[in-house]
Amino acid sequence: MKNIPISAMIGLFFTALYFLAALFAPLIAPYGMAEVVGDVWETSRIEIMLGIAPDGVTEANYWLGTDNIGRDLLSRMIYGGRTTIFIATAATILSFTLGSVLGFFAAVAGGWVDQVLSRFVDLVMSIPTLIFALVVLSVMPVTVPVLILVMGLLDSTRVYRLARAVAVDIEVMDYVEAARLRGEKTAWIIFREILPNALSPLVAEMGLRFIFMVLFVSTLSFLGLGIQPPEADWGGIVKENKDGIVYGIPAALMPAFAIATLAISVNLVADWVLNRTTSLKGGRG
Amino acid sequence: MSEPLLKVRGLKIGATVYPPGEKPHDIDIVHGVDFDVQKGKVLGLIGESGAGKSTIGLASMAYGRGGVKITGGEVWVNGRDIMQSSIGDIRKLRGGEVTYVSQSAAASFNPAKKIIDQVVEAAVEQKKFSRKEAEDRARVLFEKLGLPDPQNIGDRFPHQVSGGQLQRCMTALALCPEPDLVVFDEPTTALDVTTQIDVLMAIKEAIRDTGVAALYITHDLAVVAQVSDDIMVLRHGNMVEYGPVDQIINHPQEEYTQALVSVRSIDHEEKAPNGDPVLSVRNITARYKGTQFDVLHNVNVDLYPGQTLAVVGESGSGKSTLARVITGLLPPREGEIEFAGRTLTPDLAGRSPEDLRELQMIYQMADVAMNPRQTVGTIIGRPLEFYFGMKGEEKRKRIIELLDEIELGEDFIDRYPAELSGGQKQRVCIARALAAKPKMIICDEVTSALDPLVADGILKLLLQLQKIEDVAFLFITHDLATVRAISDSIAVMYQGKVQRYGGKNQVLSPPFDDYTDLLLSSVPEMRLGWLEEVIANRKMESAGN
Amino acid sequence: MPLIVKLLAQRIALGLILLLLVSGLIFVGTMILPGDVAQSILGQSATPEALANLRAELGLNDPPLQRYIQWLGGAMTGDLGTALTSGADITESIAKRLSNTLFLAFWAAIIAVPLAIFLGLLAVRFKDRWPDKLISAVTLASISIPEFLIGYVLMYLIAVKLRWFPSVAMINDSMTLGDKLSAIALPVAVLTLVVLAHMMRMTRAAILNVMQSAYIETAELKGLNGFQVIFRHAFPNAIAPIVNVVMLNLAYLVVGVVVIEVVFVYPGMGQYLVDHVSKRDVPVVQACGLIFAAVYIGLNMVADIVAILSNPRLRHPK
Repeated sequence: MKNIPISAMIGLFFTALYFLAALFAPLIAPYGMAEVVGDVWETSRIEIMLGIAPDGVTEANYWLGTDNIGRDLLSRMIYGGRTTIFIATAATILSFTLGSVLGFFAAVAGGWVDQVLSRFVDLVMSIPTLIFALVVLSVMPVTVPVLILVMGLLDSTRVYRLARAVAVDIEVMDYVEAARLRGEKTAWIIFREILPNALSPLVAEMGLRFIFMVLFVSTLSFLGLGIQPPEADWGGIVKENKDGIVYGIPAALMPAFAIATLAISVNLVADWVLNRTTSLKGGRG
Repeated sequence: MSEPLLKVRGLKIGATVYPPGEKPHDIDIVHGVDFDVQKGKVLGLIGESGAGKSTIGLASMAYGRGGVKITGGEVWVNGRDIMQSSIGDIRKLRGGEVTYVSQSAAASFNPAKKIIDQVVEAAVEQKKFSRKEAEDRARVLFEKLGLPDPQNIGDRFPHQVSGGQLQRCMTALALCPEPDLVVFDEPTTALDVTTQIDVLMAIKEAIRDTGVAALYITHDLAVVAQVSDDIMVLRHGNMVEYGPVDQIINHPQEEYTQALVSVRSIDHEEKAPNGDPVLSVRNITARYKGTQFDVLHNVNVDLYPGQTLAVVGESGSGKSTLARVITGLLPPREGEIEFAGRTLTPDLAGRSPEDLRELQMIYQMADVAMNPRQTVGTIIGRPLEFYFGMKGEEKRKRIIELLDEIELGEDFIDRYPAELSGGQKQRVCIARALAAKPKMIICDEVTSALDPLVADGILKLLLQLQKIEDVAFLFITHDLATVRAISDSIAVMYQGKVQRYGGKNQVLSPPFDDYTDLLLSSVPEMRLGWLEEVIANRKMESAGN
Repeated sequence: MPLIVKLLAQRIALGLILLLLVSGLIFVGTMILPGDVAQSILGQSATPEALANLRAELGLNDPPLQRYIQWLGGAMTGDLGTALTSGADITESIAKRLSNTLFLAFWAAIIAVPLAIFLGLLAVRFKDRWPDKLISAVTLASISIPEFLIGYVLMYLIAVKLRWFPSVAMINDSMTLGDKLSAIALPVAVLTLVVLAHMMRMTRAAILNVMQSAYIETAELKGLNGFQVIFRHAFPNAIAPIVNVVMLNLAYLVVGVVVIEVVFVYPGMGQYLVDHVSKRDVPVVQACGLIFAAVYIGLNMVADIVAILSNPRLRHPK
């Protein structure tokens, strides 16, 4: 583990930080999620420290100020992160399990099973994910389980393609043929010959899928089709506070910072996992 | 003697490598070599992979691939030190004074442009000839190189001509600007042996007729002996021996050169058939799924216990397909396989564990024949566990025995394939096959990817193991020297048919059929003047017809 | 050239079949649900009588296949039905908004495509040096932030703090082209940023892939200069991958438009779609979904067609 590059270290640190904050949100947040504590859009301490506060304001009670109805923005951000990260994680797990199981299955089974699954995935992927999600959400009740399901199922098509491609690549290797000629069962071939060699690219992809899910759920909430108020999530916070922008109130930009740092951190980790894998000589054959 | 055309002194070449997880650092590839090439002479550069021979060839054009750069020494071309030249002068040198023929013409031609445009480009760009003159020159060269329809072949695109023809087009490309020196970088290595000789003859005659000087780079000493005036033997970036071709081939001084000269001269006494065959291939006809033509037509061969049947042929002859049919990966359309007195089911799925155990396989690319995530111990141990239910100490003891048989130490047991050399990898694959205690092993081009000396070692090991374990080999190869070294009987395959079949001595003695004659006479021999003889013979024959 | 014609015909046929299947998928996607459209319009507390009336009015009692065929037949003749919420003719509403959206996407593409290709070339030219590293850092940053946030950041900095451009992008027919362009400057900038990163990165990869070919080495060993190598030998082979990159990103742009229109309150297709998703106006959603999917499928088809046309093996068969 001593060979972790500095960029991956930073990535790991911030990723862990966000996940811990999500886990222990009630302990960390200074106020309640929906608790109104002050005036509308109070100036933040950060603005004062950076010297970008409106003229005449020299004191602030809250680190990130307050939101459009006077709730503490820091607390909302922490609780919002909890919701966003939870939904993204659940959807990633769903998309990943489904996509990789079906992808491996299609690669090993081949024949018509592969054809049917692959053509169906082609079809779903020929509609932009966001558009498809909007079409489905227009008739579905917007609840957390529905969101996770819609996001996870739509995204599993991408995981399916990757898993299938990786497995097909490994499938044609001579060592898999050697195992077949030895008389090994399909389960051995999938779990002992293919999976160990497919794991690392899939894990790296998992990071990218997670980021995509964070962006996706934020976008849906921003459009008013994701998490419903008074629950908080990062996309929703932007929606609630976007009217402040024209008055020069930067509250709506806070989630931008949170999402970007989380996404970049996960990206750095994923990059490292991928590089580490391809660096093993013949790591993917 | 006049000033040489190419004078290289103390040439050092290095490269920056970027190993993942480590800091980039510089390594040395060539550690200072000296040589001269006189006008109109050919210097052969010979060595195994990693000897630095291609790197030296490209250095004479002041070119380095990837991160490769010249770190010291002098390279003089036509009396100019090109290390001190401006980039403009170097561009005039490349494609004008010095030109290059690569190993893979198929990759070196731009797929989007006509052949003629690419052949004349350097000559026109370097203002050596007008476009019209260059095209005329190109057509003359096409004819001289024996290309069909020399007037119009240039109007085709690279994918529209065959591999051997494209390699000759590449030679035309190099000769078109009337250079002083041509660098030939393994120009025939990727070709089949019967195609190689045509290209080799074309190159040899073109060099002779144009009076151009050449650097001829190859790993095949027999080939370089045919075209060179001088030879330099390289190893790990150092010069081993340098002298006139006669001295290197007939009186090598250094041990390494002697080994290279005597390589592939293993001889093996033919054994007579004994008892019932372990494998009988009966009337096999096969085709691949979804295709319309048979790749094997009515193939019949036998293999006797403890003996070696060599199946020899060029690419597309069907020799590897035969292996797939025998192993059950490709069920045949007709015919059957008898193995150890039993008739095997056509499909792998129907075969008993005993059938699978007794018939093992070794692959050409040991790299991809081993799971990179398993240790040598796991790789060799799995058949022991799978077929014999061995566990723990018993299994470990047997693995060590097998490692000993393939001349590797006990400490290899925990290594991963990536930590082994090419030869070691192939040895581990052999041990994995032996672990099953098979009656027969299919060896599919097992030495083709290895350097000659390493390949020799593997062949010797296989012969030795055959005596100890009494195992039969079905040895698939395109290389006749390997066939001589190891076989008891031979099947020559051509276009999916067995062209000639019998005991080794019978197959390799006249009278020959046309194809076998062509094949045998095309294999380069390690003696001077061989190519001239073949050229003279073939000219006589075609005149006689 | 029979083979190439056959391949082109196949690809176009595939595109049409895909479009047909997608229309089915969109239709099914709005049906396989708990409750139905009538329920979602009227809400959980609706009386059974009201539900039954509305179902009859919407034709929900007809078999699904019949409704699908009616809908598809209408869509193909330019009749997308009427909106549930306003009763307005959908085709009419969409026509105006589609042209607005295309106007926005057009200007974003005009700026983003040449810029991305230029920067991609720059990254290749200075591979592993600072311009390359800067470009990949910007790429990483821009794929890590959702489009709408880039929108608000730009709005905050440029429209609110610097006051260079308006913060909402209202356009109407009475505006001159100059006024319109000024109005859409910010959304165009955001869209450009959003696709630029992807396009740059993919262009860089595509060109690097070509530049590593052996025939590039051959060209260099002919003494050609860098310019000649790139334009004579790399470029003809890089066209197909670059067109592919451009098309993929234009397809991506179409999706980005949806969100950006909401951010800048731009009267286009995206905002129309999102509005009616919230109102659960299924016919509008179906119509918009179909149009977005058609554009997406069409762009992907163009990419494949260019790839077929530029393949020398297909243009000059043996």
